[in-house]
Amino acid sequence: MIFKYNLKTALRGLEANKSRSSLTILGIVIGITAIMMVMSLGEGAQNLILSQIQTIGSKTIAILPGRQPKGIMDSLGTMFGDSLKERDVEALKKKSNVPNLAKIMPLVFGSASATYQNESYRLTIFGVDDLVVKIYDLEIENGDFFTGEDVKGRADVVVIGSKVKEELFGSSEAIGQKIKSKGRSLRVVGVLKKKGSGSMVNFDDAVFIPYSTAQQYLFGIKYYHRIIVEADSENNVSRTVEDIKITLRNMHNITDPEKDDFYIETQEGMMSMVSTVTSALTLFLAAVAAISLLVGGVGIMNIMLVSVTERTREIGLRKAIGATEKNILTQFLLEAVLLTATGGFIGIVLGASLSFLTSLVLSKYANLEWVFVFPVLAAFLGLGVSAAVGLVFGLYPARKAAQKNPIEALRYE
Amino acid sequence: MSLIEVKNLQKIYEDDVETPALNGVSFKVEKGEFIAIMGPSGSGKSTLLNILGFLDKPTKGDYLFENKSMNEYTNDELAQIRNKKMGFIFQSFNLLPRTNVFENVKLPLVYSGIEDNLWDEMVNKAIDAVGLSHRTVFESTKLSGGEKQRVAIARALILKPDVIFADEPTGNLDSKSGQKIMEIIQRLNEEYGHTIILITHETYTAEHAQRIIKIIDGAIESDVKVEHQHHATDHFEK
Ligand SMILES: Nc1ncnc2c1ncn2[C@@H]1O[C@H](COP(=O)(O)OP(=O)(O)OP(=O)(O)O)[C@@H](O)[C@H]1O
Ligand SMILES: [Mg+2]
Repeated sequence: MIFKYNLKTALRGLEANKSRSSLTILGIVIGITAIMMVMSLGEGAQNLILSQIQTIGSKTIAILPGRQPKGIMDSLGTMFGDSLKERDVEALKKKSNVPNLAKIMPLVFGSASATYQNESYRLTIFGVDDLVVKIYDLEIENGDFFTGEDVKGRADVVVIGSKVKEELFGSSEAIGQKIKSKGRSLRVVGVLKKKGSGSMVNFDDAVFIPYSTAQQYLFGIKYYHRIIVEADSENNVSRTVEDIKITLRNMHNITDPEKDDFYIETQEGMMSMVSTVTSALTLFLAAVAAISLLVGGVGIMNIMLVSVTERTREIGLRKAIGATEKNILTQFLLEAVLLTATGGFIGIVLGASLSFLTSLVLSKYANLEWVFVFPVLAAFLGLGVSAAVGLVFGLYPARKAAQKNPIEALRYE
Repeated sequence: MSLIEVKNLQKIYEDDVETPALNGVSFKVEKGEFIAIMGPSGSGKSTLLNILGFLDKPTKGDYLFENKSMNEYTNDELAQIRNKKMGFIFQSFNLLPRTNVFENVKLPLVYSGIEDNLWDEMVNKAIDAVGLSHRTVFESTKLSGGEKQRVAIARALILKPDVIFADEPTGNLDSKSGQKIMEIIQRLNEEYGHTIILITHETYTAEHAQRIIKIIDGAIESDVKVEHQHHATDHFEK
């Protein structure tokens, strides 16, 4: 009964001091809003990146030149590394070296512009072999993919992405036409189906030519930018990774794994790395946001102290007519908790709405396949934490109120 | 058995300087009595009443309420007694601001442990007893002084206390409103049997009581029966 009454009194008090109450809880609102947004957007970003990584395929293993990047300089090393050669591919193909290898394909790439008649378009050139269709699940809209013979013969043939087709040819027929890139004339033999932006690589904006042609005539290099391997099953991925490492170290005469001039990316490895990074980042940002909760809590304490002083006579009267210290304590604690919990609730609603809006904007205007995530855990945590803030920072003022001497309180002007 | 018995009560306020406010006060109050306490300003009347109302503790001496020393009650028990067996009427009304008459009168019920489905009836009855039924949902701040004091009386009597303490209840009122308040207080004593201890420094007001205790410099100077008790003849307008 007292609880019900105290709750009503507290609500009425908050309502009577609307502007003061809302200013008081602003800190809490901002804190919880920020935490909600950080958690929601963090999880959204993580999901987005993870879903892109998933398009690589769980059996796919990428071998990259250079050391495992630990900073910007290392990344540059990967771009220009020339440690992956044809003989590496030959060695990896041997069943005795990598028994669970199902497919292997060298990859070179670079960005260039391509022209057809008066149209010009900037795109990514992938030098691959015919296995790319299976490894990346490419679908042909028109014509055919080039063959292993084309790769052997360094044929000047190209398969173009849907966006490239649109930009260069519009609605006219592309098959059989010749496009020019890097001074080389390439005959279009196939057009790919539209894939959308759900993957790491934008295939719609790319063209595919035999890697041998790309090496020899377009880029003038003798090495590969990547070697793509597919294991025969998901369970054998980690064993295959080990086999590849041993084989390549042998080929490159490396004894100390620290000195590897290549490194290996798998879907699982990338996913766990991304998860670690984004989780750590999200947690860090949430912690920063939590500081504003602390500031908000101090604000609550301040206002509650003012309120206790203002209501000294009321406290005196309540004690005179029979309120115990506990009654007064709970009354003021309840008020503080109600304040902060209201702030927390507003923060949750506000944070969720803002995150939702952000995800709408991101998916509409940034063309990302962003999915809004309502961070349930953060919401419960936010409500709990804000109530706890009220409890902790309300305790001191409430104790002060409860311990007031009734006569002095009644005499207070 | 007396309702109230004080033995050699002493009170010394110790702030920066020691202020002796009561210097050995002893008397008894029987159930149903109407007592007025008189005396000049600063003589210790309020100090005495605060101790009697369990709002303060004496420096020395003993106070027995219903034959039990106040030292034997816990703080929560004292709060219980204040709630159920005592009622307070203050010179400055002490109503809650921004709160209507009904809510003000209800206040003691909140701490009484009485089921809240009984509250409305009790509150309305108490408001009726002081003739304010037409003001039930009025904000307390919009009432006249006399009306405010009647709300305070309704609040004091709602739990049918054994004793009602009133510290200059007519002090802030004009004589007409004051008279009305005295009529109500007298009726509480005569018709409902409440014990009343009332502080005043007007002799006329004091003579509504059955007995007058005069205090000077913290000590009882006289304790006499009232010969010609004033009677509130005309009763309450509603
Ligand atoms: N809280 C206090 N601290 C210090 N001295 C006090 C306190 N309360 C009262 N006194 C002193 O005790 C003495 C008695 O005060 P008290 O209020 O009991 O007088 P009173 O008879 O009620 O006077 P009045 O008729 O003016 O209300 C006075 O000298 C007063 O200054
Ligand atoms: Mg006084």
